[in-house]
Amino acid sequence: MNETDTHNPHGLYRRDPRQEWIQRNRLHPLHGQVIHPKLTEQRGPSGLIRKNPHQVGFIGPHGIKRIDRMAGNSSQPLSLRRAPVTTDIPLPLIKIVDPGFYIAVVPDFSGGHLSAHDKDILGQAQALVDEISQARNQVGAVVAIAFGDINATDLDTAGVDRLIHMCDTQVEPTASMYRQLFNGDYNPEACLSVLCAVDSQLNPLHWLLPDSTHGGFDTGCRLAAALGERPATQVYQANAKQVIGRINGSTQDYQLETPRLLMLSAECHLPVDETRHEVIELPIQPLLDPLIQDSGSPLKPQHITSLGLMNVDPNAIPLAEAPFIVSGGNGIRQWELFHQAAKALGATEGASRVAVDDGFMPRHRQVGATGTWVTADVYLAVGISGAIQHMQGIGQCRKVIAVNTDPNCDMVKRADLSFIIDSQVFLEALLNALKPINNEANEHAA
Amino acid sequence: MPLNKSPLTVQTGAAISQGLNVVALVSIGMHPTSGRQRRAELDARAVEQGLRLIHTPATPQHSAHTLDVVHCGSTDTPALKQYAGMGLPHLTILEQPTQNDPLPSLIDYLQTTRADIVLAGMRAESGESSGMLPYLLANTLNMPIINSVAEIISVNQGQVECLQALPRGQRRKVMVNLPCVITVDMAAAAPRQSAFGPGQRASFTSVPVKETADTVRLSWTITPAKPRPKRMKTVKAKTAADRFKAATAKPEQQGGRVIAEESPDNMAHMLIDYLLSEKAISTANKQPN
Repeated sequence: MNETDTHNPHGLYRRDPRQEWIQRNRLHPLHGQVIHPKLTEQRGPSGLIRKNPHQVGFIGPHGIKRIDRMAGNSSQPLSLRRAPVTTDIPLPLIKIVDPGFYIAVVPDFSGGHLSAHDKDILGQAQALVDEISQARNQVGAVVAIAFGDINATDLDTAGVDRLIHMCDTQVEPTASMYRQLFNGDYNPEACLSVLCAVDSQLNPLHWLLPDSTHGGFDTGCRLAAALGERPATQVYQANAKQVIGRINGSTQDYQLETPRLLMLSAECHLPVDETRHEVIELPIQPLLDPLIQDSGSPLKPQHITSLGLMNVDPNAIPLAEAPFIVSGGNGIRQWELFHQAAKALGATEGASRVAVDDGFMPRHRQVGATGTWVTADVYLAVGISGAIQHMQGIGQCRKVIAVNTDPNCDMVKRADLSFIIDSQVFLEALLNALKPINNEANEHAA
Repeated sequence: MPLNKSPLTVQTGAAISQGLNVVALVSIGMHPTSGRQRRAELDARAVEQGLRLIHTPATPQHSAHTLDVVHCGSTDTPALKQYAGMGLPHLTILEQPTQNDPLPSLIDYLQTTRADIVLAGMRAESGESSGMLPYLLANTLNMPIINSVAEIISVNQGQVECLQALPRGQRRKVMVNLPCVITVDMAAAAPRQSAFGPGQRASFTSVPVKETADTVRLSWTITPAKPRPKRMKTVKAKTAADRFKAATAKPEQQGGRVIAEESPDNMAHMLIDYLLSEKAISTANKQPN
């Protein structure tokens, strides 16, 4: 008697040839469901998982029992394969109860995210903690200092043991001085006073900062000058004993004993990837005491006032560093519409090689391996199917949006969001949809 | 760029009757390929900003501004004449060996001359090139410092208004109190061409200074730069099949949303919502004129 036999109301067993066929054909999409109707683990009386040896494997097309030992890794297409049982094994959590020493890191948090450079430096900090912990026989912790709003969710896997987060909502009303300081605005003096307070209270063994244009260089130099430390800059290799960095216009290496303050280049160390860390917020109230002034930190009166970001013509930004690019390719027939849409979105214009070769866009707008390698946060590709050279050029982009008529093209496969539609229809709809937003903005501006 | 293109306005406060005393610090640059000495790109931009400051039309309230270009090192460096060729009648040289620490002599000099604005490049092309010198000056002289400036817009009421160059081509407007230190970014206006003749005719005022040896620097080991190894793309796969797939497979669909059966208007709104959530556009997004 077969599993696939059905029991009809007259008490007769009827065979289901289709079910049997599916059972024999292990390439059939429903094969798994027929073989294991209910694939649940069974536990014995003592709580152990029991395996039914008769249910292992399936009967092959020639009636021979087959056992799939590839565990979901066979070369069959995804759709035909049974979904592998994925169990997310959480990374081990490193807990530091009472740190004997601290290593302070001031990541850039540009855009509220941890950049790859920030993660490298946190990795370097954890490596230093490990090395010093062994030498001193006491555990240490990495403390990261953040200003303003951050929306990074990967602080734990990036290696942050302790966090000092200065932003408006977390500052007590008593500290009125600090209230308006960290609302994402540029305020180097207030940041410096906080860093000096951290230095006097936690006394970190080392300060690690990114040597970057996103603010790390500026903060590092200010801190070094205030603390009276001579920093090692453009460091690309560091351990607890010595560091190697670039000097003399990056034509020479210099090697010196590890100073207290390090400003590190990108890719100085591998980021943390096999541990999780408890991101415990250190209380900031003690930092806001009048102690700051007593500790001799240079909390000067406000000399620098930020008037905010200026509006910049997006097409004046170099393509390689533009944050938002709208790129057009062979699918675009009305280029005037494309230019209007790019202007309405406030995006920098890019183009695929075909569009450039056909003379619709200038050569310096070409995106791809043979043109410019772009680093945009958001890349909107309109009518670009995605030649491999083009895909290489947009490899650094964080989010890609595709507008294309072909749902199977490479650009749609790469994209985080794809619209399967003709570019002309889409651009017209987009211009209509953007009208009210831009009108409103212009009224605000007026 | 739709930035403030109005001519630079300079008004000193009513209390200050004499013009601004602008000091530009210059170092010797190094050509990246040939290694020859030249005027440093950033320092030349700082001098250019200084020249633009002092060339603003004089107003009845104040006398003319002065620009003092200062170099720490030796008078007979040919590259200095390239700075002088930008239209500087004379340069001030704080004479000392190049391996010495220029900081104490600069502090002494700036304290005696009472500089209102100290201009410098962000980073030198030769020497330690750590970029710390302007910060140390600002800290010692108790002046605020503003870094990576692309343009000085105006000076009035004892405040300097300038545009700071940020990554991704962005600009921030910043006000800073006088006296201040300003370091200049590559985004600032390119320096004017250097003329050979005026450069040769310029005079160099040598100021004797107390020499301070940089003892810390003697302990460094300095070697020619080794090329840095490229980071390998490591695949953390548990099984051989995963490793094989990572090495050979074409990029598969990464789980992005594909929207096909929607009206064009809905699609446009979905795109706008997505761009808003990614902060690529904002509702207060003004169109640049």
